[in-house]
Amino acid sequence: MLSDTVYVLFNILKMFDYIEEILSTLKKNKLRAVMTGFSVAWGIFMLIILLGSGNGLQNGMEFNFRNIAKNAIQIWPGRTSENFEGLGKGRSVQFTNEDYDLMKRELSGIDDISGRLYLWSDVAITFEKQYANYTVTCVMPEFINIRLMDIVKGRFINHMDIKENRKVIVLSQTIVDMLFKETEPLGEYVKVGGIYFQVVGVLSNPTDKNSKDAILPLSTGQRVFNGANRLSNLALTTTSTTVEANKQIEEEIRGFLAKRHRFSTTDQEAIYVWNTLESFKQAQGVFAGIRMFVWVIGIMTIIAGIVGVSNIMIILVKERTKEIGIRKAIGATPWSVVLLVLSESLFITAVAGLVGMLFGMGILHIASTVLTNVAATNETIRFIFYNPSANFGVAISATVLLVVAGLLAGFIPARKAAGIKPIEALHDE
Amino acid sequence: MSNSIIRVEALHKSYVNGSNSLHVLKGIDMDIQRGEMVSIMGSSGSGKSTLLNILGILDNYDAGSYHLDDIHITKMNETKAAQYRNKYIGFVFQSFNLISFKNAMENVALPLYYQKVSRKKRNNVAMEYLERMGLREWAHHLPSELSGGQKQRIAIARALISKPKVILADEPTGALDSQTSMEVMEILKEVNQTGIAIIIVTHENDIANQTQRIIRLRDGVIESNHINHSFKLESVEVN
Ligand SMILES: Nc1ncnc2c1ncn2[C@@H]1O[C@H](COP(=O)(O)OP(=O)(O)O)[C@@H](O)[C@H]1O
Ligand SMILES: [Mg+2]
Repeated sequence: MLSDTVYVLFNILKMFDYIEEILSTLKKNKLRAVMTGFSVAWGIFMLIILLGSGNGLQNGMEFNFRNIAKNAIQIWPGRTSENFEGLGKGRSVQFTNEDYDLMKRELSGIDDISGRLYLWSDVAITFEKQYANYTVTCVMPEFINIRLMDIVKGRFINHMDIKENRKVIVLSQTIVDMLFKETEPLGEYVKVGGIYFQVVGVLSNPTDKNSKDAILPLSTGQRVFNGANRLSNLALTTTSTTVEANKQIEEEIRGFLAKRHRFSTTDQEAIYVWNTLESFKQAQGVFAGIRMFVWVIGIMTIIAGIVGVSNIMIILVKERTKEIGIRKAIGATPWSVVLLVLSESLFITAVAGLVGMLFGMGILHIASTVLTNVAATNETIRFIFYNPSANFGVAISATVLLVVAGLLAGFIPARKAAGIKPIEALHDE
Repeated sequence: MSNSIIRVEALHKSYVNGSNSLHVLKGIDMDIQRGEMVSIMGSSGSGKSTLLNILGILDNYDAGSYHLDDIHITKMNETKAAQYRNKYIGFVFQSFNLISFKNAMENVALPLYYQKVSRKKRNNVAMEYLERMGLREWAHHLPSELSGGQKQRIAIARALISKPKVILADEPTGALDSQTSMEVMEILKEVNQTGIAIIIVTHENDIANQTQRIIRLRDGVIESNHINHSFKLESVEVN
């Protein structure tokens, strides 16, 4: 155990010794080493910046999906565009509670499901003397698991509300701020289209501070506002997390609805389906493509760097012919000469690469800080470009790339150095 | 173990340049004893350096045989050659061949680097050798800050540090004035006193006369090989 420790320490010391030997030769060629390293530094810098920006764009894109479950599927009714079983095209499809009940009962793979009824656009909501027009939506309690909203105060619609057709309402913080000013909203009554509803909860939308939602229990909405059993659309989440499985469930739903409403499953206009996971993965795919492209550019820049380092190293080796000849005469093996040159090129690329990497990360950090400050006053930036950063994985990959680059750059010069004949090297003076 | 450190028999060496072949060494026989100090003389182009390169395992020979410390030196890979050089041979060159960006101490210590001796240790040893050469206070100077005589003494210290069996010196005083040449020869003789064989290539009689034996080369063959009587005389005089 002790001897192991001593051995390790000994090797670390030897390591320093070795680095010292490399540095002594590099010191002589400081400027050139710096110049050479620049292209490598630039390559890594670009790579980090571009990858970080890609991440920033992706974060922005993903932010758009924060207010919806990743495996949500939403279905809007449309108008048939194909003749089907003797029925002419152009029929409009109307969803009802029956669709909801049957889908919930018959289809597997559905986790949460909610019908949604929009009241005629812009209903006046009034509290005391304050009033404003908003879109009112009637939903089931499960809706909050599909469209993700934060409950700031109180609660969301629950099953008792549905069962007893309670006249309750949940409002966005923005609406509350406008109607209630200083008054505590929970328990107060607001008039919606002339009928009183009690406020039971306050919501905020995680992607949009300014969203204005007024939400009623579906059953109450249908009854009070003459909705009968009609539904504006259907929203659900699936029990699965893969695109394939979600696509499968989507097809089953389409088939089910096609049979019930008598339209062709190939009819693209009878219903419209928004499959979140598919869109999400597609968007992610785009970013994977961008990332790939960035790596290609970065690697090409670094290859240019490798060629540069290699060229300079060849010149350095040529200039050091005599020195290497001397080393060989006094006992340097070809392998030790190879190591000498390889470690020098490795050292140049590693240091340069590290500098490039740190600069890149630094700039990303600054950009990130600035964006956070901007986002504090202007939310929209969050949807476009946010928190651009190169993660640990990128740093590791870049480091591996650098080591490979250094070794590649040193390969030819090292072979040239190993091939130096001491008698020829020592001959000239 | 025989008493010869270097034994060469019927050694031939040609330089081949495309279709031209230059036969430089044409059958050399030579036997250098342990601890002996020998000079090799001959006109320019007679093959002295070629012979010394072969003895130093810096170059291959074509025919004949070469034994170093009773080991038959044949064509070997470079790694092995480097190890033999490091272990058995110290080189001293006319042009010193110090590494310009390393200071005196680092230059002297370099052979020990290739023996994997730690830096602290090899620098300490290098300081001892510099001390012996009277150059302790110059340890941290670069070669460019030193005189020719000082540089050659550093080169000798470097040749000695790996405790070689033989030192091969190719015109070690060729670039020095006569005063400095004599100082360097004194050092080499002192080194020889410690039992290390020394082979000096020179074309100066003054230098050759200070060695125990003088071998004369002419056109790739040994013209004469005899004990230097003036060396004995001088020794007697000194005593
Ligand atoms: N690497 C080489 N390739 C071809 N010819 C060489 C080489 N080295 C030396 N020679 C030739 O071999 C001959 C002997 O050279 P050298 O051994 O250096 O002689 P010296 O050291 O005695 O002056 C010379 O003619 C020289 O031109
Ligand atoms: Mg010569």
